[in-house]
Amino acid sequence: MADKTQLARQFIEAIPHSAALGMELTEIGEGRAVILMPYDTKLIGDPETGVIHGGAVSALMDTCCGAAVMSHPSAPSSTATIDLRIDYMRGATPGQTIRTTATCHHVTRNVAFVRAVATDDATDTPVATASGAFTVESKP
Amino acid sequence: MSRAKPEPVQVIKQRRDAALSALVESVPYIGFLGITFERRGDELTSTMHFHDALIGNPMLPAVHGGATAAFLEVTAVITLQWFHIWPQFESGALEVEAMTAGQMPRLPKTIDFTVDYLRSGLPRDSYARATVNRSGRRYASVHVEAWQDHKDKLFAQATGHFLMPQERAAEG
Repeated sequence: MADKTQLARQFIEAIPHSAALGMELTEIGEGRAVILMPYDTKLIGDPETGVIHGGAVSALMDTCCGAAVMSHPSAPSSTATIDLRIDYMRGATPGQTIRTTATCHHVTRNVAFVRAVATDDATDTPVATASGAFTVESKP
Repeated sequence: MSRAKPEPVQVIKQRRDAALSALVESVPYIGFLGITFERRGDELTSTMHFHDALIGNPMLPAVHGGATAAFLEVTAVITLQWFHIWPQFESGALEVEAMTAGQMPRLPKTIDFTVDYLRSGLPRDSYARATVNRSGRRYASVHVEAWQDHKDKLFAQATGHFLMPQERAAEG
């Protein structure tokens, strides 16, 4: 299992945009993935408060949901986002790492359904939640 | 009976362009993604200039879905704020000099944002335009469309709801 996490981590970190945002995969398997994104001033969306831009949170959610799909036991060879909805409950506290957990809760022959939650250090109140549909590319 | 003389075109252009630059440059993440805005009157079109840090699938290669979502959200928020502050800087109630010096009005906050991915984003520049479908005192609904080579072949679109910045609580 450790090898699988290591491989998935390298895979995520090889995605240029995910690397540019500083994403770090910490857990993966059985349709569930956890990815961290440390605070960085270049990601600020509200200059007055220093809160990270919603777009950076979207990118984190999208990557984490995609990783969850790829780790599902049905083992799709590839996936792409069809649709992703994000609800923003509150601004992430400046200076704190954002942690996203995505769960691929249902897979059909062609579509994977995913939910995700993002939190900062205050883990009991979410920063944002997401739900999305992804394509399932089967092995050729 | 005589009307006030219209402002010289250069004065108008300079004020509007300065207001737009101040708004766009105040957000670090817009610079990080390499997004710029062009203006014709009050109409805005954004461009996300392609660079390698936007890639999500190195094999194809394709633009990362998260970069596309961020591009759409940036375009939605900036366009919404642009229409919100337009009457204020046009009337002089909001001074462009103060904006340029960093005193920016608060930005709308995203409540929710839903992205439809219609085609994979190719490794080239992307363009987007947002339409404010409803803008009330508290809530706004914005639709945004993005394309690459052909304006009528969108590669992504999104709808979002936003909480408008609230005036300081009314006194008394």
